[in-house]
Amino acid sequence: MNAIKAFFSNMKRRNLYFLIACVVVLLITQSIAVTLGFIFLFGTPLFFMKELPLYASTGERIWQYTYLTICTFIFVFLITPILVIVPLSFNVEPYFTFTEGMMSFDPSAYSLRWYKDIVYNGMTNPEATEGWWADMWNNAQWIRAARNSFFIAICSTILATTLGTLAALGLSQPNMPYRSLITSLLISPMIVPLVIMATGMFFFYSDVGLSGTYLGIILAHTTLGVPFVIITVTATLTGFDRSLIRASQNMGANGLTTFRKVIMPLILPGMISGALFAFITSLDEVVAVIFLADVEQRTIPRQMFSGIKEQISPTILAVATLLVIMSIGLLTIVEMLRRRSERMRGLAPA
Amino acid sequence: MSETVLAQQNSDAILSTDGIPLKQKLARTTRKLRMRAFLLTLPLVLFLVVSFVLPIGQMLWRSVNNPAGSNVLPVFAELIQDWDEQGLPDEPVFEAFVKDLQNAREKREIGKTVGNLATRVNYEMPGTRSLFTGTGRKINKVTEGPYKEALLKINKKWDDPVIWRTLKRVSRDYTPAFYMAALDHKYDDQGKMVPADDLYQIYVSNFGKTLWMSAIITFFCFILAFPVSYLLSTLPMKASNLLMILVLLPFWTSLLVRTTAWIAILQTEGVINDILVFIGLVANDSRIQMIYNQTGTIISMVHILLPFMILPLYSVMKTIPPSYMRAARSMGGTPINAFRRVYFPQTIPGIAAGTLLVFILSIGFYITPALVGGEDGILISNLIAYHIQKSLNWSLGAALGAILLVIVLVFYWIYNKLVGIDKLSFG
Repeated sequence: MNAIKAFFSNMKRRNLYFLIACVVVLLITQSIAVTLGFIFLFGTPLFFMKELPLYASTGERIWQYTYLTICTFIFVFLITPILVIVPLSFNVEPYFTFTEGMMSFDPSAYSLRWYKDIVYNGMTNPEATEGWWADMWNNAQWIRAARNSFFIAICSTILATTLGTLAALGLSQPNMPYRSLITSLLISPMIVPLVIMATGMFFFYSDVGLSGTYLGIILAHTTLGVPFVIITVTATLTGFDRSLIRASQNMGANGLTTFRKVIMPLILPGMISGALFAFITSLDEVVAVIFLADVEQRTIPRQMFSGIKEQISPTILAVATLLVIMSIGLLTIVEMLRRRSERMRGLAPA
Repeated sequence: MSETVLAQQNSDAILSTDGIPLKQKLARTTRKLRMRAFLLTLPLVLFLVVSFVLPIGQMLWRSVNNPAGSNVLPVFAELIQDWDEQGLPDEPVFEAFVKDLQNAREKREIGKTVGNLATRVNYEMPGTRSLFTGTGRKINKVTEGPYKEALLKINKKWDDPVIWRTLKRVSRDYTPAFYMAALDHKYDDQGKMVPADDLYQIYVSNFGKTLWMSAIITFFCFILAFPVSYLLSTLPMKASNLLMILVLLPFWTSLLVRTTAWIAILQTEGVINDILVFIGLVANDSRIQMIYNQTGTIISMVHILLPFMILPLYSVMKTIPPSYMRAARSMGGTPINAFRRVYFPQTIPGIAAGTLLVFILSIGFYITPALVGGEDGILISNLIAYHIQKSLNWSLGAALGAILLVIVLVFYWIYNKLVGIDKLSFG
């Protein structure tokens, strides 16, 4: 209790009241929108309304509604920031906020200006008809950043998935020596603060001549992606029926065939979602890039980071919107894989 | 039956087809299997040792090793160690000092210049930089002894024994000075460890603030995650899968995107302020500062880390049979009692997993505080990055990093003991 009191007195009081007021206002406006959405989609404001038993008392009913309202607020809190940036990225003005024109749905208040800027920024001549593509491909800042990002992410994903899957197979063997020690070592890149890791790599990679190279960043990102691959692949191997391996060997399959025909199909969903995790981790990672990369290797998040720090423009919001769309795509794939894997292992009803 | 007889019976009891005792054969096979399992993990272990463990080890080493003194003054560094710290050192020490400085000035090797020495001494004795660089410029005029007088002629300040004591300390390659600085301590004139001046006491309080803000963030994450996870775990599959998207989408969205979004929402010209002004709650000229301070850091970090709390809580709550609560109710427990004494205790593994994970992650957060933290909302990671990138006091940065690493590893160890690292999962 004292701790909470101290926190509130630590914070500037005026700030705090305003903060609470603001959050409430935001939540109310947002939840009105969400409620309307739910009514539109499901015909009821709280579509996740649970059926109460007939004997429920008035108090319980009131509590139930309060509880569901609180939950709605929290969901709104979770999703609002991601939804807010989408319309803002179509702003015709160079502001980070809704203009009056946007509020009244005036079409002239919306534009694709910032999306065009993603491509044009840094080009020598965006108006040129000849050599436009080459100019864009080589000079546009964001395009170069995107190329760097994808190149680094793909390389480190391949490395992390290969090494991680092998290690996960080893870790899930019943005879693995020092299992817990090695597991904690292999998971630790996820736990150790990025700044510490990046600092260490900055010194070490400078000494061996890897800083300011693609290889250095790829190694750093592989390190970061490995824990995800281990966790997801190990998850698909829990409850793995080891007699399947014996059965296959019994029927004359050698080690490689057993792996290809029996183990691989079972761990494939885990491998793919681990790979996607590693991919998105690399694509999103900025600390190691800040410490290790030269201007040559600027990635999308690095570009965003300096954009936010230096010259804030809605181009960042446009990029952010594109990234959100990409993460929706990746999320869909991972969810489909997870359900497929659960069905295959009979953990969940189809 | 005596034990020897038993052993004998065991040893010559069963043989495998190739004539080896079964026990031995089994041991051999097990060893082979263990070896194979280990070999599968070996590539990754080696990879991590090179790309991750060695760099961090080198950083730890750097936090105690700073050879700037002996690099610039190789001869002097050895001679000064015999000095008894009374009065001024003897003439040979002065001679070595002058000759080493002349040498350094002539060679101008990277990392071995008078400037490097000046910077290093300045860490321990602020305000001496110009003495060293100024003397460095004039040192070539000294051609013959007595060197003590010559040096004093260049600058009177060399008369001060404190400088020579500091130089003696700096000449040693291994020093605890940077850990002392990281813990707000310094050497006094006598070479004893004392607390730093009030104005310079920033690191311990920053560690405290980091832990404190992480605790606040963890607390808010827990408060927000508990009801949501409960709802998700009790809803029918279809509805909960749909709502789960609202949790997983932020989880999959770029950290920078979410931080940007919070800037757009919270800044003075941002969405909330505009709405408040539009409604009339706040005057246009007194817009609220909600970002670039602690508040901004806490709000955006709670949002960013919330999924890390919801997912482990949810996975534990899903395993609690709903019939337990019904049983508690049917035996006359009030809803509150049934929740408090039957449901809540079963969620504790999930709570432990979630809170520890969120706490560990938030201690080391860098990006979000750097972007929305302003002056008072930054964490210890930001100070480390500042020393590595801006002030270039690498040893201090490394020492701060080492302390942070120890804190994180302690919590990681607790996590491993309480929850088990293999319980970690996503989605």
